[in-house]
Amino acid sequence: FVKMASQVGKAFRIKGTLLMAVIADAATVTGMLLTGMGERNHKGQTNFFIVEKDTPTADIEAALEKMLDREDIGIILVGQSIAERIRPKIVEHEAVIPTILEIPSKDQPYDPEKDTVVTRAASILWGADTGMQKLKEIKEAKGVVKK
Amino acid sequence: FRIKMSTGILPSRMNLQLFKIKAVSAKKGFDLLKKKADALKKAFRGILQKIVESKACIGEDYNEAMLGLAEATFAAGDFSRAVVDHVKKKTPVRLTVHSDNIAGVHLPIFTLRHEEDNSDDNSLLGLTGGGTAINKAREKFTKFLKVLVTVASLQTQFVTLDQVIKVTNRRVNALEFVLIPKIKFTIDYIDKELDEESREDFFRLKKVVEAKKQRQAEKYANNDNKGKQDNENAEEEVMVEEQDAFDDDDEDVFI
Repeated sequence: FVKMASQVGKAFRIKGTLLMAVIADAATVTGMLLTGMGERNHKGQTNFFIVEKDTPTADIEAALEKMLDREDIGIILVGQSIAERIRPKIVEHEAVIPTILEIPSKDQPYDPEKDTVVTRAASILWGADTGMQKLKEIKEAKGVVKK
Repeated sequence: FRIKMSTGILPSRMNLQLFKIKAVSAKKGFDLLKKKADALKKAFRGILQKIVESKACIGEDYNEAMLGLAEATFAAGDFSRAVVDHVKKKTPVRLTVHSDNIAGVHLPIFTLRHEEDNSDDNSLLGLTGGGTAINKAREKFTKFLKVLVTVASLQTQFVTLDQVIKVTNRRVNALEFVLIPKIKFTIDYIDKELDEESREDFFRLKKVVEAKKQRQAEKYANNDNKGKQDNENAEEEVMVEEQDAFDDDDEDVFI
């Protein structure tokens, strides 16, 4: 559910609890479902979406839209390689809740340089150019760089 | 730069009082808002730092979890279909949202809750083998999930603070560059007008007194030349003129 711009920062009360959701490759989703976070409610809606190599981008976007429209989802986890494909939709999302969180994909280790939130944070902390530099350094420090 | 200021305000002493009070409260509001903006900026920087660091860390937890999954798949075969099929109608894994109050701003924070689980379908998994490996994988993914919830909370705080800081800065700038100069301009204008008025009054009064003196002087000169009859006329004239003088002044004196 969208938090209106005028509501941001003011007191709020969210009744009940919220769900987590995940849009990722098959292995990641399987792992997440193992924890028991999956749900298929009486309307047939699921809080997970498996993306395979041949899943069209439009389908992924539609799945994200459906999740955003639901009022009971708090966090949407999106695999980073998938996030890359639907980047415009993610950047367009401005509401505080649900929040879209990028996670690594099976085929692609986490790259902080591509994460929307992290790049904004870095550019505010250190300035536009130095920010990206710093992210590169962090990436290398974590040994995530592909050789 | 010049702002177009309207001078449609009546330049009275009462308004001068009013606008002086407005200037004081605008300044107070401005100082308070600045303090708020500074406090928010500080909190913001803290969160920014945390976000960049913790996001870089989730990669490690993820890799561990995927490793556990790979081991479990090796031990028990591909159970992904089974997991998807056994997804429940209502998951016990849920989030509660609290608010954290920083400088009057409410930031949302997630907490992971595991509600009471009556049925445990997952126990059917791994019966044919590899049950331990599956359980291990489940633990690792649960750990990963917890880390994700913390990071997501940081994200919501980040987004909220970002917007609130923008709004607060806009209000600070509006006060500093539009409202306070406008009030100052009005105060200066009223001051000038009041000064001008009192100068005009003083000048008019002077002129009237001078005019009267002149007329008086002329009358005495006439009396000496013409005699008593003219005296009476002169007195009448003086009286009439005095009244005229008063009439002229009427609207000026009583503001």
